Amino acid sequence: MPETDKHSIEKTVYELSSTGRSTNLMPECDVPETELPVDLLREDLHLSELSELDVVRHFIHLSQRNFSVDGGFYPLGSCTMKYNPKVNEVCARLEGFAQSHPLQRDDTVQGNLALMFELQEWLKEIGGFAAVSLQPTAGAQGELTALLMMRAYFRDRGETGRTQILIPDSAHGTNPASTTMAGFEALEIPSDEHGNLDLAALRTVCDVSVAGLMITNPNTLGLFERDIETIVQCVHDCGGLVYGDGANMNALAGVVRPGDLGIDIMHYNLHKTFGTPHGGGGPGSGPLGVSEKLADYLPGPMVRQTNNTEKLQFSFSLFTPEKTIGRMNSHFGSFGVFVRAYAYILQHGAEGLKQNALHAVLNANYLRELLRSVYPLSHDRICMHEFVLQGKIEGSSVRAVDISKRLLDYDFHPPTTYFPLIVSEALMIEPTETENKQTLDAFAEALKVIAREATDNPEILHTAPHTMPVGRLDEVRAARQLKLRGD
Amino acid sequence: MSYLPHTESERRAMLNTLGISCMEELFADIPEHVRFPDLKLPLPLSQMELEKHLRELAGQNVNASSHECFLGAGAYHHYIPATVDYVTSRGEFFTAYTPYQPEASQGMLQAMFEYQSMICQLTEMDVTNASHYDGATALAEAVRMALNLASDERQKVILSSAVNPHYRETVRTYLLGSEASLIGENAAPGDMDSLVALLDDQVAALVIQNPNFLGQFEDVAGLAEKVHQAGALLIVVTDPIALGLFQSPGSYGADVVVADGQPLGIPLSFGGPYLGILATRMQYVRQMPGRLVGETVDQSGRRGYVLTLAAREQHIRRAKATSNICTNAGLMALAAATYLATLGKSGLRRVAELCYHKSHFAAQQLAERAGLEINPHKPGQPFFKEFSVQLPRPAEEVNRILLEDFGIIGGFDLGSCYSGFEQQMLIAVTEMKTRAAIDRLVDALAKITV
Repeated sequence: MPETDKHSIEKTVYELSSTGRSTNLMPECDVPETELPVDLLREDLHLSELSELDVVRHFIHLSQRNFSVDGGFYPLGSCTMKYNPKVNEVCARLEGFAQSHPLQRDDTVQGNLALMFELQEWLKEIGGFAAVSLQPTAGAQGELTALLMMRAYFRDRGETGRTQILIPDSAHGTNPASTTMAGFEALEIPSDEHGNLDLAALRTVCDVSVAGLMITNPNTLGLFERDIETIVQCVHDCGGLVYGDGANMNALAGVVRPGDLGIDIMHYNLHKTFGTPHGGGGPGSGPLGVSEKLADYLPGPMVRQTNNTEKLQFSFSLFTPEKTIGRMNSHFGSFGVFVRAYAYILQHGAEGLKQNALHAVLNANYLRELLRSVYPLSHDRICMHEFVLQGKIEGSSVRAVDISKRLLDYDFHPPTTYFPLIVSEALMIEPTETENKQTLDAFAEALKVIAREATDNPEILHTAPHTMPVGRLDEVRAARQLKLRGD
Repeated sequence: MSYLPHTESERRAMLNTLGISCMEELFADIPEHVRFPDLKLPLPLSQMELEKHLRELAGQNVNASSHECFLGAGAYHHYIPATVDYVTSRGEFFTAYTPYQPEASQGMLQAMFEYQSMICQLTEMDVTNASHYDGATALAEAVRMALNLASDERQKVILSSAVNPHYRETVRTYLLGSEASLIGENAAPGDMDSLVALLDDQVAALVIQNPNFLGQFEDVAGLAEKVHQAGALLIVVTDPIALGLFQSPGSYGADVVVADGQPLGIPLSFGGPYLGILATRMQYVRQMPGRLVGETVDQSGRRGYVLTLAAREQHIRRAKATSNICTNAGLMALAAATYLATLGKSGLRRVAELCYHKSHFAAQQLAERAGLEINPHKPGQPFFKEFSVQLPRPAEEVNRILLEDFGIIGGFDLGSCYSGFEQQMLIAVTEMKTRAAIDRLVDALAKITV
């Protein structure tokens, strides 16, 4: 493709539209028509008018302007951009799954319920929890669900003075945002010089006003919280609950069960740990695992197994826990994502999941070792599935953003940039277990070349990327001169 | 089955680089007494075995392809053009993350920009965000947004009982952590006067669904004026297919429009993933939850797209964000964009017309040939693609016979959600139903209800 084509703009569906052109997909009406209620009809509808080929070509062009795991290395920290097995896509599209209606009677959807029941059971086993609800549709919704459950739990115990949720300063932004939505106050806890939660700071705030702690482990620095058992004890001692943010569970599945560490409640990200695709932003799925004392508060419907002695077989039915906080969405959550995660776990088994975690951590440490002499590390210790570098080169004016944009010119997706907030010029790198050694070596080599460029030719970094369909975009203008539609 | 690429010698080389002898050494930070548990999970299957097993599971489900399905109630069996799955199956889209690096994500960003544009046209609203999880959560967020926009004294939200019961439950859960209260659900479905009578200076918003959960159009003439005079916002839940033919909430003064985008090219898939649509007026854009894609230019003035107004969002504003939403339903919004682009203006209108004609034909036949009363709670009120019928026996019983003796998935049992609606069934008839299928339903119900 000539260079000019790659850099030409792709017209929008409205710009491509031609008045009167259409794709007629619908059959003739085979019933007598009923008169339309004229006073309720709309006058006009301004949608595009395209042929089917126009549509296909347009969206194919758009797809060619999008970086993906299928297209290249995507070491976006805390996002677990691992390979998404294609057989799982085949499974999720099977008619029995894709064409079943969520309001059908239990006995007509035994296949779906069996799948959901087993997925609940497997997640319980992997996380070390007493019960799992699949309902939350994303990690953030899992957090909100958990916080609302904690609220209900303390209300039942008459402990309504517990208004604070403790959150480490390295946490994802969803943690404090969910806290506010659930009607709690977020109190930030600093990290210590080793990148772990500052235990002394935690001790000073643990009292009867604390409802709980939200903790991501490994944390967003990619470091395992070494004092996790003491931290949990400290929160439990003051009567609080400990919430585990399971975003980084890819380092731990098959390695340690958060429930065994004393975590009371945790969300899983099926779209991270269990290989379901991220869809360019969603859908996700954020099932919640809980200890015994919180199980009755879970959102339903959930699935249980009943022993049908008459027919000598098991059957599955929906139920809602006794003290449930209520429904969190229209139906059961992201069922299509459950099918993929179920297929993923069933392909791997216990040993496969453990090997995934081992190799995710091996790959991260290998990359860290290759890069530690080139860029400053946030913390120089063994990492879990990801690590944080600082995008700084001594004597150069380049910043993390310049390094990230330049990586695009080498056909690599940049790491998570400027997060976590507690590390200046943060570049958070998560290679995942499905990347091979050659890719890791090539990525490290690109970052080394970029480090040299930062000194020899900083301008090429400041103006990067140079090979993408567009150059560096003016985000300030986008926010000041809002244009949120083009029709 | 494993997707790990390393050969034994590569792994050895990597361990040597790290100066360790095995991968397990990397986990010394984890308390030893809980390290490497023995998980009780099934033994792994090969891809072939897996696919066979999942086919068996899927095969245990009755579904809208194996049976004629007249069940709707918020999730609908509409035709999905082949273009939709073709586009959403592109790995370039579905294996990408949220477009945080805009230069590498112009495809998804432009698709979301076009989605926003088309939904604005459909709803006749100014601005649409890049999606919520589903219709229920979009409504919960819309209600939260209205409460945040209102003064502290306004802590009541009027919620019509003709809004999808699952949506109402979800709103209730989302508000557990707030002082707000929901009122109006005691009024009969479709009783707009009772809802309007509840408007006062403590009300932040009034929520209706149109066409409502029972399939009928609400009387919205003058409604927005009354709501606005009382200083509240009007939130309307709608069906995106209906908007191909009928007046949009924007045209009758809605402040926030919410819908489930599932009818726009997304399979039933046992309830999810679906698509939450949320659109509003430009004056409220800074209080709007969710991601927004905006147009801008690059260094050389070339048009491009970025995520914008991120200062509303959790990763920037943290505890003060408008919402905690991060992962949304991006791929489903792409499906909806492809669906709308494929059908275009005349195609969407045609789908809506077919739904209207076929559902009305079914209703008329059920009245004439099966002697059933149509929309008993509000006869004569116009409806779109769903209507209710009064049965001489419990809907659950009728549904069991429909399935077992006639191979038909019957309608929604309204008695399960509305007291006084026992023995009423909500029947959905989309463009997917042929005359023969409708005749089968009518014949069956005529026999069952004799």
